[in-house]
Amino acid sequence: MTPQASFMVLAPIVPSREKQLRALLASMNEAPGRVNANNGLIPFAKFENLHFARLIILDDKTTGDVRVYGLQPESYPLYLAFLGDIDGDENSFLNNLVKVAANGLRKIFSCCEKFGARTNILKWMKKRRKPSIANYVNTRGRTVRRIREEATVYEVVESYIQKNSLLWNLAPREVYAKLKQFVDAEKAAGRLTLSPESPTPIGWWIRDLLHLVGAPFLVLILSPLLIVIAPFYIVRLRKLEKTDPEVCPTLDQAYGEELSRGEDYYVSNQFSAMGSLKPGLLRLLTAIGVLGIVDYAARHIVRPGRFARIRTIHFARWVFLDGTKRMIFCSNYDGSVETYRDDFINKTGFGINATFGGAVGFPRTNWIVLDGCQDEPNYVEYHRRHTLPTQVWYKAYPGLTAVDLERNERIRKGLEVLSLSDQEASEWVALL
Amino acid sequence: MGGVTMSQVDYTDVQGLVRFGYKKMTNASYALLRVKDASMARAWLHAAPVTSAVEVNPPPTTALQVALTAPGLEALGVPASVIADFSHEFRGGMAEESRSRQLGDVEANGPEHWSWGGPGRVPHLMVMFFGEPGPFETFVQTSKGPSWNDAFDTLAGLDTSDFGGVEGFGFADGISQPEIDWNQRLTVPRTQLDYTNIVALGEFLLGYRNEYGKYTRRPLLEDSATSADLPAAEDARGKKDLGRNGTYLVLRQLQQDVRMFWQFALQQSGGDIAQAEKLASAMVGRTRSGDPLEPIQEQPIPGIHTTPGQKEQNRFTFDQDPDGSRCPFGAHVRRANPRNTDFPNRPRNLLTKLITMLGFGPEGLCDDLTSSVRFHRIVRRGREYGTRLDLEQALAPVPAGNSHPESGLHFICLNANILRQFEFLQNAWLNSTKFSGLTGESDPLLGNRVALPGCPVTSDFTMQKSDGLRRRVSAMPQFIKVRGGAYFFMPGIKALRYFGRTGSSNP
Repeated sequence: MTPQASFMVLAPIVPSREKQLRALLASMNEAPGRVNANNGLIPFAKFENLHFARLIILDDKTTGDVRVYGLQPESYPLYLAFLGDIDGDENSFLNNLVKVAANGLRKIFSCCEKFGARTNILKWMKKRRKPSIANYVNTRGRTVRRIREEATVYEVVESYIQKNSLLWNLAPREVYAKLKQFVDAEKAAGRLTLSPESPTPIGWWIRDLLHLVGAPFLVLILSPLLIVIAPFYIVRLRKLEKTDPEVCPTLDQAYGEELSRGEDYYVSNQFSAMGSLKPGLLRLLTAIGVLGIVDYAARHIVRPGRFARIRTIHFARWVFLDGTKRMIFCSNYDGSVETYRDDFINKTGFGINATFGGAVGFPRTNWIVLDGCQDEPNYVEYHRRHTLPTQVWYKAYPGLTAVDLERNERIRKGLEVLSLSDQEASEWVALL
Repeated sequence: MGGVTMSQVDYTDVQGLVRFGYKKMTNASYALLRVKDASMARAWLHAAPVTSAVEVNPPPTTALQVALTAPGLEALGVPASVIADFSHEFRGGMAEESRSRQLGDVEANGPEHWSWGGPGRVPHLMVMFFGEPGPFETFVQTSKGPSWNDAFDTLAGLDTSDFGGVEGFGFADGISQPEIDWNQRLTVPRTQLDYTNIVALGEFLLGYRNEYGKYTRRPLLEDSATSADLPAAEDARGKKDLGRNGTYLVLRQLQQDVRMFWQFALQQSGGDIAQAEKLASAMVGRTRSGDPLEPIQEQPIPGIHTTPGQKEQNRFTFDQDPDGSRCPFGAHVRRANPRNTDFPNRPRNLLTKLITMLGFGPEGLCDDLTSSVRFHRIVRRGREYGTRLDLEQALAPVPAGNSHPESGLHFICLNANILRQFEFLQNAWLNSTKFSGLTGESDPLLGNRVALPGCPVTSDFTMQKSDGLRRRVSAMPQFIKVRGGAYFFMPGIKALRYFGRTGSSNP
């Protein structure tokens, strides 16, 4: 299995070059919201192990919200963030990236602080890596290559069915047998490739195992302490939950329209949201604890393709910025922002409350997981107001949703087994 | 929630269309107007004989309803600060570019081709006239009154036709409607484990609690001389509620190519009319007489066939058809109302609920893909227009030189949250090429068949089978074209009078 990894490079923008940077980023798109996958700066399509990428200027319009706590807003630098989700490890991807797109990267990064004509791009990027505190991958081991191969199988099978209407009158078992025979013949003739799975890198495997065992072990060791702290924690948390101010003013109409102009060109969309964390150690520890659980669950517990009940997220991550003062959440999801938000509220409200309840202004939560985003009228404004326009967004398989990927995988897996029962054959045929 | 005092609906303040379809008033026309003279327009609105939702006996034979767009409120001189508290969708308008993309109003459906509602042709208000054939014409003239032509420019006059309860393609229409919880008996918020047709009042009227138990945002005004008549806000002490008893009205003119629809079905069926009808029924999800493709269930569904006005043909769900073999997943009625609940597997105890919530529930490919429908219901009040073609005419070759005049549907729906109700339905369910795990197809009736990046085909229609390979028709043409549309606010009657009163001091 080839595991997935993610990278994020974060650098402050030289204020005088912001305009130039925005123009450069815009030049990577065919039109607003539609990337040119072969653009001259970073030709994303050339990277066969790149799932998603985005370049985004982290222009947080809500930094002033901390005033509700009597705090003066800080003047954070304006950052450029470059994120990607890849197959394999981060270092070899970055190496390859610099090899292929040195000139383009140089142009882009020269708009950032501490990047000169002689700067070593790779070193510069590695120094500015920003790890996530929690990360989600829809299906571990599903590489871009496999996605493309399985999509081809699906297309080839579908077009075979289209041309062979005799299949319509056959029992599922016979349909399956005919299609398997056809696919096997195509493979034998070299017209169809289904690459075998690569071996799992041993280092990754060991790290994953240590994480699987280590994290609960750590909690176990700390548990006496946690039990002692718990009552104090709960009392304090409840007090904060009852008194923390909400900040959900109506979204500025023009800002909302600007966000919409970057959305809904494909069956999937990008989502980037940003905000400040509530002040105080309790909120910070809660955020770290909750996101730690999310990260652990995403890695070791959840069913492939299902992030709790959500089946539309390909990749997602939470990242702390400016120490732990601010947080950014980035995801790649299927459907429109309204369907995404609907899933948030109605399917995983508890998770949204737990992970974002520590953010300044979030609608009031109770017991970490309750209420919060269920205050739909306020949450909608809150959600949209914290969303950032994404300047460049690339998806390697623009027409495919996560459910499409799962279907194609089920089809491929069905074709690889030696025989299916009647029931299994019936279920397999229903995938087509 | 502190400071909430729930109160009963004052039907005298609600426009009648929210409660009644006015089916017996077979004549109807919609005047789409631009304000010519703001003060005369206000005076007309202030005095307009608007019909309320009060039930009277005998029922009225005529009715008048009024709705306004955001530019219309502006043209009447309603302060910008008041308009700013209406919803984003209403303010942005249906023809806003990004919204067009979401609604599928692109290419042939694009607002630039619309006969009204597109750039420079957005109406300010819509006046709807309803009447039984006898009194209708006189009613229209009297209602307009002497100042009509000085107050308004007519952008379009939309006439309607009575097709006798069927829509243009010949299918019985308007069978499925949500039952509004007028008496506010529903528990909100709640977990809904069985399908119900009863929906919270706040989903259809502003100023009441919605399915989340919350109040949709709307303008709340300080108590003043001009706002004194307005109803009080339930959720904000001392404030006057300009939204209360009002709703958002979505109007879309949908041109239906009846000949193309039936001839396509016939051609796909090798000339066999019975087969063509079967295919057409699969596309709609009902037979022409309105019978669902699912059996009418014994078990009652709240809000369906429980009072004389409600139809039995609506008493079904898709629960017993999880593979789509009776009613295809992509059928129009299944897309428009999947009749599902908050959980796919109806967890009856806390443990199974928790297991489902954490993603360890059903694991079929298509399980749990569709949002809970109770947050996405609309009340439909549309009417047909043009000349009806029956099946035989539709299937006959077009006589030379005789192109059939335009016919279709003036689609009207009412909802408190355009984004979550109408737009969600249109975008996530009807228009989506990925609805319910499908791919390569959008709504068989409404789909625009436009390719998306990476999805070159959106013109298929799939009929699932339980005992073999699905049937699929391909290269469906576009049967329905959008010819116009706008988002209106249909205010409570007191709010309408408020619009007719204010503005005079803020020209």
